[in-house]
Amino acid sequence: MRLLSLVGRRLAASIPTLLLILIGLFLLLQFAPGDTVDAMMAQMGGGDAATAKSLREFYGLDLSVSAQLGNYLWRLARFDLGFSSIYGKPVLTVIAERLPATLLLMGAALSFAFFFGLVFGVIAARGVNKWPDTLISTLGLIFYATPSFWFGLMAIVVFSIYLQWLPAGGLEDITVMQTGLWRTLDIARHLILPTLTLGLIYLAIYLRIMRASMLEVLNLDFVRTARAKGLDDTRVVIKHVLRNALLPMVTLIGLQAGTMLGGSVVVESVFSLPGLGRLAYESVVQRDLNTLLGIVFASALVVIAVNLAVDIAYARLDPRITTGV
Amino acid sequence: MSALLTLDRLNVALPEGADRAHALSDVSLEIAANEILCVVGESGSGKSMTANAIMGLLPGGVTLAGGRILFEGRDLAAMSEPEMRALRGAGIAMIFQEPMTALNPLRTIGDQIGEMFVIHTALPRKEIGRRVLALLEEVRIPQPAQAAKAYPHELSGGQRQRAMIAMALALDPKVLIADEPTTALDVTTQAQILTLIRDLQKRKGTAVLFITHDFGVVAEIADRVAVMQHGVVVEHGTAAQVLDDPRHPYTRQLIAAVPPLSAPPPRPLSPEVVLSIAHVTKTFRTGGFLGRGARVTHAVKDVSLTLPRGSTLGIVGESGSGKSTLARCIVRLVSPESGAITLQGRDLLQLDANAMRAERRKVQMVFQDPFASLNPRRKAGELVAQGLVEHGTPRAEALARARELFGLVGLDPLAVDRFPHEFSGGQRQRIGLARALALKPEVLVADEPVSALDVSVQAQVLRLLADLQQRLGLSIVFITHDLRVAAQICDRIAVMKDGEVVEQGLAGAVFGAPQQPYTKALLAAIPGPKIGGPVLIPTAAEAI
Amino acid sequence: MEVVRRYARSPAAVFGIVLLVAVVAMAASAGWLFPRDPLSLAGRPLIWPFQNPRFPLGTDNSGRDIAAQIFYGARISLLIGLVATAIAIAIGIVIGALAGFYGGTVDTVLMRVTEAFQTLPNFLLLLVLVAVFGSTLTTVTIAIGVVSWPAPARLTRAEFLSLRNREFVQAAQTLGLKDAKLIFGEILPNALPSVIVYASVVMAVAILLESALAFLKLSDPNVASWGNLIGLGRDVLRVQWYVSAIPGIAILVTVLAVSLVGQGLNDALNPRLKGR
Repeated sequence: MRLLSLVGRRLAASIPTLLLILIGLFLLLQFAPGDTVDAMMAQMGGGDAATAKSLREFYGLDLSVSAQLGNYLWRLARFDLGFSSIYGKPVLTVIAERLPATLLLMGAALSFAFFFGLVFGVIAARGVNKWPDTLISTLGLIFYATPSFWFGLMAIVVFSIYLQWLPAGGLEDITVMQTGLWRTLDIARHLILPTLTLGLIYLAIYLRIMRASMLEVLNLDFVRTARAKGLDDTRVVIKHVLRNALLPMVTLIGLQAGTMLGGSVVVESVFSLPGLGRLAYESVVQRDLNTLLGIVFASALVVIAVNLAVDIAYARLDPRITTGV
Repeated sequence: MSALLTLDRLNVALPEGADRAHALSDVSLEIAANEILCVVGESGSGKSMTANAIMGLLPGGVTLAGGRILFEGRDLAAMSEPEMRALRGAGIAMIFQEPMTALNPLRTIGDQIGEMFVIHTALPRKEIGRRVLALLEEVRIPQPAQAAKAYPHELSGGQRQRAMIAMALALDPKVLIADEPTTALDVTTQAQILTLIRDLQKRKGTAVLFITHDFGVVAEIADRVAVMQHGVVVEHGTAAQVLDDPRHPYTRQLIAAVPPLSAPPPRPLSPEVVLSIAHVTKTFRTGGFLGRGARVTHAVKDVSLTLPRGSTLGIVGESGSGKSTLARCIVRLVSPESGAITLQGRDLLQLDANAMRAERRKVQMVFQDPFASLNPRRKAGELVAQGLVEHGTPRAEALARARELFGLVGLDPLAVDRFPHEFSGGQRQRIGLARALALKPEVLVADEPVSALDVSVQAQVLRLLADLQQRLGLSIVFITHDLRVAAQICDRIAVMKDGEVVEQGLAGAVFGAPQQPYTKALLAAIPGPKIGGPVLIPTAAEAI
Repeated sequence: MEVVRRYARSPAAVFGIVLLVAVVAMAASAGWLFPRDPLSLAGRPLIWPFQNPRFPLGTDNSGRDIAAQIFYGARISLLIGLVATAIAIAIGIVIGALAGFYGGTVDTVLMRVTEAFQTLPNFLLLLVLVAVFGSTLTTVTIAIGVVSWPAPARLTRAEFLSLRNREFVQAAQTLGLKDAKLIFGEILPNALPSVIVYASVVMAVAILLESALAFLKLSDPNVASWGNLIGLGRDVLRVQWYVSAIPGIAILVTVLAVSLVGQGLNDALNPRLKGR
């Protein structure tokens, strides 16, 4: 019941946010030189002014900005994202084809970063200012400073070109038809480098937050109580510190869902993955604004969904979260 | 006497760079079974460090530097960490000052009490559940079954401390160390917890090491007393010896600084009312999206009070009584929904923002926390001059005035160039007072101005306040939870409970012949009613 | 001066400032060491580093001097980093201060806007901005600043919320200070250390964002940028991987320097966190 009302409230609160984004972007795109029709005409190899005019009328581009905005929002409400002139398909279809690869990549990178960030953060905090802590913290700083696309390129040089252990790009090997488990394993093999590349900076962030959070919780009064009860250090950490220290980490996932999705643009380009990020890049290069807008809408939905999941996880971890706040 | 726990010339060294080399110097104490030893001292006396040393839980950098801690014939100082762990909780248990932070917020009460059995015994889960319930009943928590399933934030402060006690007593330890266990509680709750500790201690024959700063609590609960100052035990003996016939000058000074629980003879009050509060109501709404799930708190309900010129009106009550909100309404930090606050015939609540800003100089406030109430990035002199500059005094003149005010509140006028962190707690409170007085206010609102101070410093600040009132003809609204303090300084007293004034009258009348049951309960709950030095504030005649 | 002393006590922080000074020195000396346009043809393409003393770091696919591009690139990275950070922090402080100080409706509205910006993947928004306004140095810098403000705004708001009800602010209010003085004179100076420390994070991210944009060939093609060079090197990655590797190390060193300085400032400005 507590969770249900939390979910309802969060969803209701995200509607104005979503509206704000869509209206903002729509108005922003009014500044863009050239519209969909220009892009189509370019695709068709040019055309006369009359064709352009009739096409504009057909797409409602001759209406006032506010009327266009109204139309646009109404279409969005029905999940009609329009037509991509570049791909010759509805935008929704194009996005649906590309979304799974991105979600897979994000999920993998997030799990990788969260798990190892947690482990290394705990190790660093338990030996604070000793050599494991120094080593982990230094590596964290270096990972944080590494540009992901560059790390990806260097990983390709080492693991794909010289060692030839892992594929340099793509989501799966398309030269051989594979099914079932073999296909899954093949995709996993293809995702190792992209996951490391995307996850590296988040690994650095999570381990730093986890370390700081552990150190803070270790100083709290209830940890002293636990020691006074006769618990040994390991049990103090597992039974009392860990869950409390996890709370900021969980919050961070929600805050960074958007950044991570943005990061996938670059990573997908480096590894030629057929995902949403690369689609975004392509539509910018080809000035396919309809598709770009659709992608932004889809990503906003993804971010909202991730945040909802994070809120639920947080509420399960922390009994102090009530429906009132 | 057969001692259960003996501290034999215990020394504890502080890390380099601390303000003194030793937290404890040659501390020797003995506690026998079935007795309560109170260790009393002001902050920095080393009383809490004594407890930490016994538990083997000294903070980082602090080390044992000699002496023995004998428990049942074994030296804890020489024990290995695993041996010590087996003893903590089972042989020697501990309860802490702040029950909210001393419990893990993410685990249920029952789970945390049960953990004691999980660590130290091999009892099956079901048996643990039964014992937890029995313990919660023993500490008289209402609805023990629900309390076991509750999280710490769902219980009241008193209930949380009961749960802590249940946890500490789970394995029938020989020694219980209680580190200021009632300091964070309201006076009525404190009385209940003290009774509970006393009862359980008698029944189980536990030896209790009770650490406190409050001589009232000592009088209430101690069999024997040890007084500490700067890490040294300056005096110890039976409760009767130490309280009635203190030998060491420091002990005498401490007891003399405790305000007695009786009001001085009444002073004549001016017929002129400088401030009147009529039917003031303030409600807080928290949370709730689009009005759903909102919680409404009636912080102040239809309060009417008057303040005669040159007198002190005390507003007393426990936490949540609305006394602090009322203070903030008077200085307009909080805007009440209805009612009138009339200063010299002008209703402050009717003024717009600009008019109010001009009027602010007439009502000034002194805050509770001497650390939080001064902007750490401004020099002390600037802090005092700030209000004057804001109201149009040239800067140089305002700073000169700040130096005068420093002298007035008993600070070195040359100290205006120092930053707040370079002053002690009592000195900061004097700066706060100087800042408020700089604007020559008609009314001074003091919100728990001495609550964060040690008892000897508290007495000095109270004396200063009374002295300034005499010299400047100040009218004061004095908010406090401490009835001893209120008795000393207030001409009239208003007792608040749940946002309402339940009783008001002359201080002598309220303390001498309380009318309302709540006032009676409040007065009855004050620990050690007979303890106390001479009347703190001399009457007008004596002062001149 | 106490702050400087505390800062100097940490070897990592000192190392950071040394790195940062080195990068600044590179940017400053670029015109003097390499008087020619770094994007002009200098010699044979794809000379490996340490082969030809004229090109210590070799040449790229079109025969341009890599060393010159690295030195000039430092200018671009620092410039974009600093200006974009200044923009982001300025917007962030204003929004965060207003939201945190006034609370209520003002807070709700401003936080909704902030949330909207955070819900949008920042790099995607950057792509949209560049697609709409073009990719000159100015537009890219402003765009990076515009996508980076929500985090500092949230931080400023959190600081203001906690400071707003401190007794010293209430005291200043009872003295009759105006809101503007409360915000800028009392609260902001106490909130500023955290914001300044966070500025190092914003700057690190800004440098990374620009390099990623340049790598995708969406930044200004007419300036020597490290990201551009990495993107260029991608075409010859199989054999001449050094073309991409060298500018990447430059980015890494710069971002590392900024982070280390930020961390050092944090320990120096917020001493209560020290000693852990």
